[in-house]
Amino acid sequence: MRHIISILLENEAGALSRVSGLFSARGYNIESLTVAPTEEPSLSRMTIVTSGSGDVIEQITKQLNKLVEVVKVVDLFEAPHIERELMLIKVRASAKDRDDMKRMSDIFRGRIIDVSEDTYTIELTGTGQKLDAFIEALGRTVILETARTGACGISRGQRVLRI
Amino acid sequence: MELSGAEILIKCLQAEKVEYVFGYPGGAVLFIYDELFKQNKVKHVLVRHEQGATHAADGYSRSSRKVGVALVTSGPGVTNAVTGIATAYMDSIPMVIISGQVPTHAIGLDAFQECDAVGITRPCVKHNFLVKDVKDLALTMKKAFYLATTGRPGPVLVDVPKDVTVAKCKFEYPDTISMRSYNPVVKGHSGQIKKAAQLLLEAKRPMIYAGGGVILSDAAPQLTKLVRMLGFPCTNTLMGLGGFPATDKHFVGMLGMHGTYEANMAMQHCDVLVAIGARFDDRVIGDPAHFGQVPRKIIHIDIDPSSISKRVKVDVPIVGHVPDVLDDLIQLIEAGKQRPEAKAISAWWDQIKQWKTKDCLRYDRKSKIIKPQFVLEKLYEITKGDAIITSDVGQHQMWAAQFYKFDKPRRWINSGGLGTMGFGLPAAMGAQMANPDASVVCVTGEASFQMCIQELSTCKQYRLPIKVVNLNNRYMGMVRQWQQFFHGNRYSESYMDALPDFVKLAESYGHVGIRIEKPGDVESALKEAFKRKDELVFMDFMTDQTENVYPMVGGGKGLTEMILAEEL
Repeated sequence: MRHIISILLENEAGALSRVSGLFSARGYNIESLTVAPTEEPSLSRMTIVTSGSGDVIEQITKQLNKLVEVVKVVDLFEAPHIERELMLIKVRASAKDRDDMKRMSDIFRGRIIDVSEDTYTIELTGTGQKLDAFIEALGRTVILETARTGACGISRGQRVLRI
Repeated sequence: MELSGAEILIKCLQAEKVEYVFGYPGGAVLFIYDELFKQNKVKHVLVRHEQGATHAADGYSRSSRKVGVALVTSGPGVTNAVTGIATAYMDSIPMVIISGQVPTHAIGLDAFQECDAVGITRPCVKHNFLVKDVKDLALTMKKAFYLATTGRPGPVLVDVPKDVTVAKCKFEYPDTISMRSYNPVVKGHSGQIKKAAQLLLEAKRPMIYAGGGVILSDAAPQLTKLVRMLGFPCTNTLMGLGGFPATDKHFVGMLGMHGTYEANMAMQHCDVLVAIGARFDDRVIGDPAHFGQVPRKIIHIDIDPSSISKRVKVDVPIVGHVPDVLDDLIQLIEAGKQRPEAKAISAWWDQIKQWKTKDCLRYDRKSKIIKPQFVLEKLYEITKGDAIITSDVGQHQMWAAQFYKFDKPRRWINSGGLGTMGFGLPAAMGAQMANPDASVVCVTGEASFQMCIQELSTCKQYRLPIKVVNLNNRYMGMVRQWQQFFHGNRYSESYMDALPDFVKLAESYGHVGIRIEKPGDVESALKEAFKRKDELVFMDFMTDQTENVYPMVGGGKGLTEMILAEEL
């Protein structure tokens, strides 16, 4: 089963490689991994999308907690949560396709953030599934390039992940 | 006053009351060696290969409960040390390894003797540091010792670039330290302990299974008290030997791949199992699916939450410092009125006694060729069970574990997790340094011994009177045994051709060498060796080439699927 694991860790050189090294050494899956500093600059927040049985996820969280630089670990799937991913997608948009492309972007609540003679660059956020659906809807032939951030997530309501 | 990084480093070691540093100099650590030279509180032991330094620091730690410290240079110094670091990591041994590094401005430029020490060692240390600023050095050293010794112990590496050893700053060594990201749980959950006590008192076929965690946390007194109080059978893992007295009537022997028949049977057929500082690894319970076929309640006490429910699902997990948890458990049982179910326990013992009649460790005592088991029995007799035994890896290791009855903790020193050949001799050096008055014996084989044989020279330099028991069967015995059992007797590359004359070799290093070829000479040779109190004696026992370790659970097999001697 798919899980989103959020990690607060010391914002130090090498911390990322400890986490990624743990996943590769123990054979855990990484579907995506994102990391950036938090509002408290000494801490980074990492979001890992992984999959595995309950036992494997339990081991993943335990092993992560064991890393000295990891401060807190939460499996967002334990409670209601929100998940978002950002995609920047560059598509063919020559004169005759431009309106269609704009309409498609609007339907998916995307924003066109760059325009050239033959291209649009669209910014789209949503769950991974929504981004997949957009790609599917456009069709491969019009897509020139995609850049996706991987998912990040946060718990709903009053649950917070902080130290 | 400002001190150089090298001075600071030595001051930190002094503050940690480090007695010995095992190491080997080189370009990147020259300033550190210079400072070592200028003082005499921290003594340096010059090994002959960096693997020896880490194993010696490891043996020092295992036999003394102090932190083992190794000092190596950059590049090949570190890579040579990796085997020893990984060995310590697998067995959770508290060590601090200081490695030299090329100057910070040269890092990443493929400088001479540069390697990414932090990267290379990351998977086999509890934690590691690269110190880029001399101002961080003292605090990092404090963290290293703190991390190595607290929670589940382990090796910590501190990589120090050469320019950091030259740069100066004010020296301050903190008395205590706390890290927001590192807070090991020490106190066991009282509700869980209550549940455990209840399960134990209701058990009909209980079993206590204790591992290396009991040794590392110095919980042998508590374990012994608990077992005797309850009257339950107790087994130790390879790493746990000595955690419970082997001569006690409640001890059913080691369990696992080469465990006793009765220990493995009791482990499989018990209804309540208490695992203490142990981790259900593949060499201990074999195939977890086979182990899980029998319903039983499992209580697991360990300092490391990730060891719990890793290979085997546990019913009552208790995370905490083992001796404290056991104290709580003992207190709780003593305070209550309920006692173990005497009738059921006595019936369970009858069953175990019946399994014991298999006499699974028997061997041919009338053999005209020296049986390795016989040598170890004699060694046990002559040392009165009171020696510190280190071992290498293979058949000799298993026989030592089976035949030397360890009554006390920290007397049995072997590479259990990583299974590192070459461990025995340098570990014995560390053990002898830590226990100058103890009899230290390295039980080895001719294959393992040659992997760190260069340390015979170190032994001479520091006058370490280690007794080496070489069970020489001219094979990599354990490899040969697997080839016999599972590869149709095809002894692929397991024969040790062109062996040196070990007696002459020992003599050439300035030691005493004895070759023993007949069973009748075993005892006298051992006696002669132990009489030489100030000398290293290398005993080369020419043993039976075809002898196997029994019982044996084949790789991936169930714990009760044992091959016994009579079945072949």
